[in-house]
Amino acid sequence: MNAPLSPRIADGPTPTSGRAPIVLTQRRVYILPTKQGLLYATMLALMLIGAINYNLGLGYVLTFLLAGLGIIALLHTWRNLAGLAITVGRTEPVFAGDPAVHEIRIDSVVTFVRPSIGVAPPGMPPVFVDVPAQDSCIARISMPTQRRGWQPLDTVRVSTTFPLGLFRAWSNVAIDSVVLAYPRPEADGPPLPAVSGEDAGAGVTGAGSDDFASFRSYSPGDSLKHVAWKAAARSDVLLVKQFAGSAGRERWLEWRDVHPALPLEPALARLARWVLLAEEGGERYGLRLPGTEIAPGGGHDHRDHCLEALALFDGKVTR
Amino acid sequence: MKVVAPRLSTGRVLALLGCILLVLAPHATRLPLWIAAVAAWSLGLRAVFAWRGWGLPKTWMLLILAASAAVGIWLSYGQLFGRDAAVALLILMLCLKLMELRAERDAYVLILLGYFLVITDFLYSQSIPTALYLLICVWFVTACLIAFQYRDRPPRPTAVLRQAGWMLAQAAPLMLVFFLLFPRVQGPLWGFPQAAYGAVSGLSDTMAPGSLSSLSLSDDVAFRVDFTTPPPTPARLYWRGPVMWDFDGRTWRAGDSAPLPLAEERPQTGQDVIRYVVTLEPHNLRWLFGADLPAQRPKDSLLTHDYQMFALRPVRQRMRYAMSSQLNYRIGLTESPRNIERALRLPQGFNPRSLEFARQLQQAHPDAKEIVRNALLLFREKPFFYTLVPPELGRDSVDEFLFTTRRGFCEHFASSFVFLMRAAGVPARIVTGYQGGVFNPIGAYLIVRQSEAHAWAEVWLDGEGWVRIDPTAAVSPQRIESGIAAAMPLGEPLPLMVRTDNALLRQLRFGLDAAANGWNQWVLGYTPERQLRIFERVGFGKANWQNLALALSAATALVLAVLSVLLLRKLRRPLRDPVQVLWDDFSRKLSRRGLPRRPGEGPVDYVRRVTAGQPTLAGDVAQIGALYTRLRYGASSGNARELAELRRRVRAFRP
Repeated sequence: MNAPLSPRIADGPTPTSGRAPIVLTQRRVYILPTKQGLLYATMLALMLIGAINYNLGLGYVLTFLLAGLGIIALLHTWRNLAGLAITVGRTEPVFAGDPAVHEIRIDSVVTFVRPSIGVAPPGMPPVFVDVPAQDSCIARISMPTQRRGWQPLDTVRVSTTFPLGLFRAWSNVAIDSVVLAYPRPEADGPPLPAVSGEDAGAGVTGAGSDDFASFRSYSPGDSLKHVAWKAAARSDVLLVKQFAGSAGRERWLEWRDVHPALPLEPALARLARWVLLAEEGGERYGLRLPGTEIAPGGGHDHRDHCLEALALFDGKVTR
Repeated sequence: MKVVAPRLSTGRVLALLGCILLVLAPHATRLPLWIAAVAAWSLGLRAVFAWRGWGLPKTWMLLILAASAAVGIWLSYGQLFGRDAAVALLILMLCLKLMELRAERDAYVLILLGYFLVITDFLYSQSIPTALYLLICVWFVTACLIAFQYRDRPPRPTAVLRQAGWMLAQAAPLMLVFFLLFPRVQGPLWGFPQAAYGAVSGLSDTMAPGSLSSLSLSDDVAFRVDFTTPPPTPARLYWRGPVMWDFDGRTWRAGDSAPLPLAEERPQTGQDVIRYVVTLEPHNLRWLFGADLPAQRPKDSLLTHDYQMFALRPVRQRMRYAMSSQLNYRIGLTESPRNIERALRLPQGFNPRSLEFARQLQQAHPDAKEIVRNALLLFREKPFFYTLVPPELGRDSVDEFLFTTRRGFCEHFASSFVFLMRAAGVPARIVTGYQGGVFNPIGAYLIVRQSEAHAWAEVWLDGEGWVRIDPTAAVSPQRIESGIAAAMPLGEPLPLMVRTDNALLRQLRFGLDAAANGWNQWVLGYTPERQLRIFERVGFGKANWQNLALALSAATALVLAVLSVLLLRKLRRPLRDPVQVLWDDFSRKLSRRGLPRRPGEGPVDYVRRVTAGQPTLAGDVAQIGALYTRLRYGASSGNARELAELRRRVRAFRP
């Protein structure tokens, strides 16, 4: 079910950025003919037979030239892959059900371009990139997510068949890229519950905030719904409207409000939706789960923090 | 960045169609019109489909078309598996596959078919221009193959062409090694390849007025001769071909000739022996040409009693054979009465005036040699002209020629002379073949073209056997001495290549022929025997296929090793910025002290962190950092002095 909190997450948003890149050395790169390569060999055999039978001097020339080409292709295909350095890139959290995007960074120190390098997760078709000379590029692998929690990608297969498609060089690379999947918010459900009496503040009801009080300057993270656009059009300064009652009003999103009325996953889905609604409404909200309490706040980081707690919640009720 | 592209890009489809057009073009002249039309139509149609993005026809439609194609081939060629029929079938199947070109898999099959079509072209022509054209086709098809391997973004055409060119150039040494050392097997492997050569010019087993003069309009090469003994002057070379015995009033025919018993094959007197190798161009008949008189004939050949040389099968491919001849000889000292009688036979009721003239000769001179001499006198004294365009002759062709027109080519002279001889009671026969040849200084071999075709006579004299008499020599001695080009005045329609007037043209002609001959001998004529002979001469040991295979493996391994080094060394030593190298050294030294540089950490941050971690190093680290920053990013880029300073400091740095 849920993976335990990985210690890697503690490092920050790019958990594996401290790792050394994996270099595809000679020993790691394997090479074998493809099906098309075998077909090519069959064609060459037929050509040779034809050249012998009809005594075609130039037939021999062509057959041997193409045979030489095939052998050269082995060197070129191998060279296209060998020496690449694979590193895991950053990932962004997604909602369960949306595809999780893993970024794989590929570095090349050689002076030639490496076209058509394919990066494939196990069991899925590869994603192709052209790796420039002495530079790096990023392959984005999209994997479907079914559940919330950690979505790991343990190994990828880096391969290429360039330039002639006769051989495939590949290497299985152990990477440890994870994407966090938040619980998918409920599609539709009850609105945010009323703010309970526990909360300090003015106690004005209504989720909306209609009483305009004053302006303050914009800080990053403020809801864009509250920006005074007309003023901004006049003066190029972003100001945020402050509403009476929003300054001190907080709400708590409680586990006990959704569970055991709902089973675990739908309960988390509802809470996730409430977090999003609260954030959209520009409120300050806190989250209380068994074992986790997040103090009220607002803004994108706060929202992500709450969603993350919901994603990793293991369902054990400690009280 | 793409996942496997489901559809083919228009540009690449059009490029592939273009390549296929290039490969099909040489076939166009050889195919029946309907097949060429179908091919052109399918290429065009597929191009339009690609351009407009329309859907392709369904498979069942294509199957029906395939069946109709097979039926069409059957009707056109009468069979499905002969060489031409099979090639036509292959082309039609390729056209149908074009309609099925949806995915990369199909493109790959088409590319392989393209390569295969190139080799089918060689069934019809292997000349140097053909080879160059098809090499370009192979280059383009390979470029297509590479282009389809670009799965992210479509490549630029020039880049792909350059890559294909490089790869083919790298494959060339391997090709050469295989060409020389791959053990050759003598074909054919199955049946007789029905090389249905089209109209090929050459001598035939009949001769009528006009047959040889029309042959002189062709500058095709009949054969080339490499002499191993010092070559004689062309005037002495009479190349024996079909021998004609039977006359019907207009046409001479060779008829059947019994083979010569082996015991009689060696003619008497062994002077003036020449040894040579003939490279004979295909002419669809069985004659092999050798200089009079063939002494040692090639194996797999047959000699008749009149010394015609036959191959066992019609000459449909260029062949090379070694033989020797004696220029001084005596044959037929004892000739069977049947042959003598045959050599005296004349049709009734033709050429009365010549018959009368011959009877007078016979009565005046009892000695056959005198008859011969006096007949030749007729040619010398009367005004005869040697020309390629004589007037037409009627029923009594000999009469008209000898007494009225007196303008003719060698066939007229020979025919009328033999007629006179027979009428005068001297057994005579016509020998056709070639006379002389042109020596090519580039390459030192003799070229004998169809224009050197000649007809002469042989008369049987008691005590001397069959003796060659060339009446043309009496009329136009230059023809024998210097070849046909010298004998014909400018007004005559000799083909351009045969003319000797323009010295520059002559040099060009010689050069081209020498190149063609070299090509024929070494590329097209690299037979198993030649391979083994060369192998022995080079001295790698006994010439058998095991040694050949060993030499092949060794040479291949060597070439591959060299190529690997050249291709893969770029992996090992990438060009690196010396400033960056020094900074990496510096970072490595610090990392041994527990302060590694984090990936993506800039110099300023790094220096700050190191200084914070190890204040003792502050001064050195700060200076190195500043130098690096200036060299890498700032004003001192490229400053050699500062680079040297950085190098010194990094080397001296001991954390």
